[in-house]
Amino acid sequence: MNAKPASISENLIEFRDVAYHINDIPTRMIVSDISLRIPRGETLVLLGRSGSGKTTLLKLINGMLLPPKGVVLVQNCATTEWNPIRLRRGIGYVIQEAGLFPHFTVAENVALVPTLENWDAPRTAARVQEMLHLVGLDPRDFAHRLPRELSGGQRQRVGVARALAADPPILLMDEPFGALDPVTRAELQREFSALVRRLDKTIVFVTHDLREALLLASRIVLLQAGRIVASATPQEFLRLDHAEVRAFTSSLSVSPGAFV
Amino acid sequence: MSPWTFILDHRGEILSATLDHFTLVVIAMAIAILIGVPLGMFIVQRPTLRTIALGIASIFQTIPSLALFGFLIPIPFIGGIGKRTAVVALVLYALLPILRNTYVGLTGIDPAVLESAEAMGMTRSQILFRVRLPLALAVILAGIRTATIITIGVATIAAAIGAGGLGTFIFRGVALVSDALILAGAIPAALLALIADFLLGLLERRLRIS
Repeated sequence: MNAKPASISENLIEFRDVAYHINDIPTRMIVSDISLRIPRGETLVLLGRSGSGKTTLLKLINGMLLPPKGVVLVQNCATTEWNPIRLRRGIGYVIQEAGLFPHFTVAENVALVPTLENWDAPRTAARVQEMLHLVGLDPRDFAHRLPRELSGGQRQRVGVARALAADPPILLMDEPFGALDPVTRAELQREFSALVRRLDKTIVFVTHDLREALLLASRIVLLQAGRIVASATPQEFLRLDHAEVRAFTSSLSVSPGAFV
Repeated sequence: MSPWTFILDHRGEILSATLDHFTLVVIAMAIAILIGVPLGMFIVQRPTLRTIALGIASIFQTIPSLALFGFLIPIPFIGGIGKRTAVVALVLYALLPILRNTYVGLTGIDPAVLESAEAMGMTRSQILFRVRLPLALAVILAGIRTATIITIGVATIAAAIGAGGLGTFIFRGVALVSDALILAGAIPAALLALIADFLLGLLERRLRIS
């Protein structure tokens, strides 16, 4: 046997000197010089302003974008070598507006990947129940509703349930709570951070909200103009001496005179 | 003789002309759907072909119907006097609304839905048949409804090139200055269009999501 045993620190995702630019125009870099190792079980938060390249990194992981330079490895295999369909079935994906299928019920939405993977009906049904309970929705109440019959927060819960349904080792989340009102957002952030601790998932989470990053991350990677400018645990991050870090930390505090 | 007694006396002929008219429309619509919907699916990913196909379909739609019949008559195989030429012209007329609505329906889908479909690992054909088509159905049907109404109208003019149908009564009525004859064609043609519009509208509303 020459297979290496999986170690705790095994990198599930790895960027090796990756650059991505639009339409073969190397001067219009979206991201460049990206080298990043994401070990199993980490919740990595990609923090940055709009247009800093966060979403591009996510799409490089699930092969919706392929790197013209460098290599992105997922489970030790380059995304260019993966069958894109197989790669994506093993990666949960949650986006801002949830992207639920409007013609599918909640149950059918959650059952999507298990159905694509040809799970038998009883196993799929049981899994749907389990997932809805997991995200705090009572299946008796919600399974047969259409997405338009849900609130924004409920839709986002279904989005998380759908992403987790086929038990993928990796979860990609692109500002999943960004479109919610502040109260619902805080509620979902709290529940999700508790959920993350229970699930053994490797999560890459994109946000421009430092508060959210501090709450959820085991490591924060700060992007600025397509480059990684900082990488630290939440505790270390607040003490970093970098202009962009300070720009984010100062956004947390409200100056005393603001409401006079 | 009042128009009503005329219509009652000739109800057999009127009914069979209505049936002819209906058959002409159904055949033309079936062909137009079989061409328009797959073509609309095909041009979604092909911008050059899309411009050409929609352009040609718009040209046919713009040509006055009687002129289009005139153009078709001298063409060998598809032309000549009779039903076949009429069906060809009706198909050309019905094509644009079906083609355009199929394209619009398939492309007018929330990008977040398509993005998550792709990210979930659905293949292109799974996205087409399980996401795009079901979501586009109401819009495609709206195109079919418009095309059906146009076809019922244009089919009355097809009587001018010997295709039969309800237009026969109208043209003969105009020639003989007979209100009764004109109404014997006009009333059933109008009813046919109204009923088709109502029924297809009902179906469209049932398919509409959101």
